[in-house]
Amino acid sequence: MAGWSVHEGRAVALPRRDVDTDQIIPARFMSASRADGYGQYLFADLREGDDGFPLDRHRGASVLIAGANFGCGSSREAAVYALVDAGIRAVIAPSFADIFAGNAVNNGLLPAALPDAEALMDELGANAAEARIDLETATLTIAGQSHEFRLPDVWRHKLTNGWDDIDLTRAHLDEIAAFRDARHANAPWVWAEQDDEQATAG
Amino acid sequence: MSRTLLDKLWDAHEVRRDPDGTSLLWVDRHLVHEGSHHAFAKLAERGLDVAEPGLTFGVADHYAPTRRRDRIEDPAIAKMLERLETNTSRHGIRLFGLNDPRQGIVHVLGPEQGLTLPGLSINCGDSHTSTHGAFGALAFGIGATEVAHVLATQTVRAQKPKSMRILVKGALGAGVSAKDIALHWIAELGTSGATGHAVEYAGDAIEALSMEGRMTLCNLSIEGGARFGMVAPDDTTLAYVKGRPFAPKGAAWDRAVAAWRALPSDPDATFDKEVTIDAARIAPTVTWGTTPEQAAPITGTVPDPDALPGGKAEAARSALDYMGLTAGQPLQDVAIDQVFLGSCTNARIEDLRAAATILRGRRARVPGVVSPGSMLVRAAAEAEGLDRVFTEAGLEWVGAGCSMCVGMNGDIVAPGKRCASSTNRNFRGRQGKGARTHLMSPVMVAAAAVTGRLTDARELMEAKA
Ligand code: SF4
Repeated sequence: MAGWSVHEGRAVALPRRDVDTDQIIPARFMSASRADGYGQYLFADLREGDDGFPLDRHRGASVLIAGANFGCGSSREAAVYALVDAGIRAVIAPSFADIFAGNAVNNGLLPAALPDAEALMDELGANAAEARIDLETATLTIAGQSHEFRLPDVWRHKLTNGWDDIDLTRAHLDEIAAFRDARHANAPWVWAEQDDEQATAG
Repeated sequence: MSRTLLDKLWDAHEVRRDPDGTSLLWVDRHLVHEGSHHAFAKLAERGLDVAEPGLTFGVADHYAPTRRRDRIEDPAIAKMLERLETNTSRHGIRLFGLNDPRQGIVHVLGPEQGLTLPGLSINCGDSHTSTHGAFGALAFGIGATEVAHVLATQTVRAQKPKSMRILVKGALGAGVSAKDIALHWIAELGTSGATGHAVEYAGDAIEALSMEGRMTLCNLSIEGGARFGMVAPDDTTLAYVKGRPFAPKGAAWDRAVAAWRALPSDPDATFDKEVTIDAARIAPTVTWGTTPEQAAPITGTVPDPDALPGGKAEAARSALDYMGLTAGQPLQDVAIDQVFLGSCTNARIEDLRAAATILRGRRARVPGVVSPGSMLVRAAAEAEGLDRVFTEAGLEWVGAGCSMCVGMNGDIVAPGKRCASSTNRNFRGRQGKGARTHLMSPVMVAAAAVTGRLTDARELMEAKA
């Protein structure tokens, strides 16, 4: 995955709080293969019958500004795939659900926590605006105004380098092997084999 | 220095910590399901093997048909189940597949089989992995990229969360259960009330809970934003675990118990955040909106959005619109179309027993489905005759799986229909496109079935007594 440090694109507002993963991608699409692209399923039920849906009104937008607790609910990474495959690079919201934010960063999508995101969302209304995001300074510039968002160093590093965790961790295989041996010695029951008897549900 | 349960579990699994604060944690149990296909695909792309197939277990649950299992009509569903079989068998992973007599929802099956033990670290590509924390385990849900990482390395990268303790003091009233404790605190603190935190539940009301109740409570932690929910292991925990198929036996059991006894938070340990709840104040609780925090005591009314602060007002307005409810309407007047008793939150044997106490000798006014959490729960319920209580009441008794909690297997609530549900998410469209979900405990689901509207289960309990 390629990293990025500056992004320029159009921002639109999705004026909702608690945008959950079932809204981002309804469960019925989750058996699809990623190769076919998940962008077509993004917000499928919210968009249907809503001619004015922000992402349809402003095609090609790549920055989404939304209300608090974005991405709450399921751990489905498909929610992030849907956003990424639809061309979204960053979501700006006052807060994010933990699992969603982790999944986003693992796929190059910035979850930018900005305390006054809802004010920005209201200001933008149904319009679109040009936005510039700089990961180095953790700033969002929109309509000539700069806003600093919260960006933990770990996330900045991962997003800018496009790091792959598996590679990073495989550099520590020796430490993992040593830990495994110690765990095996101290808690051998972790590897315990099954008894022949079957469990009861009581 | 005194340490919390979280500290002890974290320290026991930390392989290393990067300068930026990221921990690399060893994973004792990795549970995979049909939805893990993205992760297996990532592994295949890189030509990597599964590091510890012996610590990895597969379960068919999300897409598991609850009715006809011999002939799956939807090819997409059949493909999901097949892919799980292919991926697990290719990597030598034990699978509790569709036709295994132990099959069930991963968060029901794990504890039932003794795969879930105190002191373990447990990951699964599912947000309700917090359930397993009920045993004093470090359990949290992860995304597909992380699942691939665990498969390849048997470790997970994580930032240590802040600690939070929810103390529930006193005794719960009759007809009030762990589900109500959860809906109550989430209504008070909000769906992001515990974001960034690991919640430890403590207090006499928690100690009095069965393992089933503790699992329900820990399961719902994620709905309040907490990726982890935990209860310290005690005699109740040990009694549940002892003799389970994968639990240690003999000398290993004694050694394990000694280790587990040291897990509870030290008496003088401090938490980053602490909340105290008076158990006696908790009423049977139902949701009226489209997030679990939009909940109220069954004795109350649908709130007036105008009376709610700032952003919550708009969210409530839009939720009432979706739910087809009006401000001020008594919750007990809300008529329902159907009920669902199931899911990893409330489909264990104790949940079914509780619902049956209300339904025994009564008829349901609306249709409904009862899906036990596992096929072993199903068998146990049948041995007790609970299945007949449900079917004689007019409800459908089906197989085990996620079923109508998420609708992936085709069990859905039709558009606009209102369902009283023992599940964990009342999100828009969660149970099917346009479906309206009210979350509540199993006895409340049973009571709603009997009257055809949202009902205070305590009234039916009294009527019977
Ligand atoms: S029962 Fe529902 S919440 Fe539980 S694992 Fe299945 S889909 Fe997820």
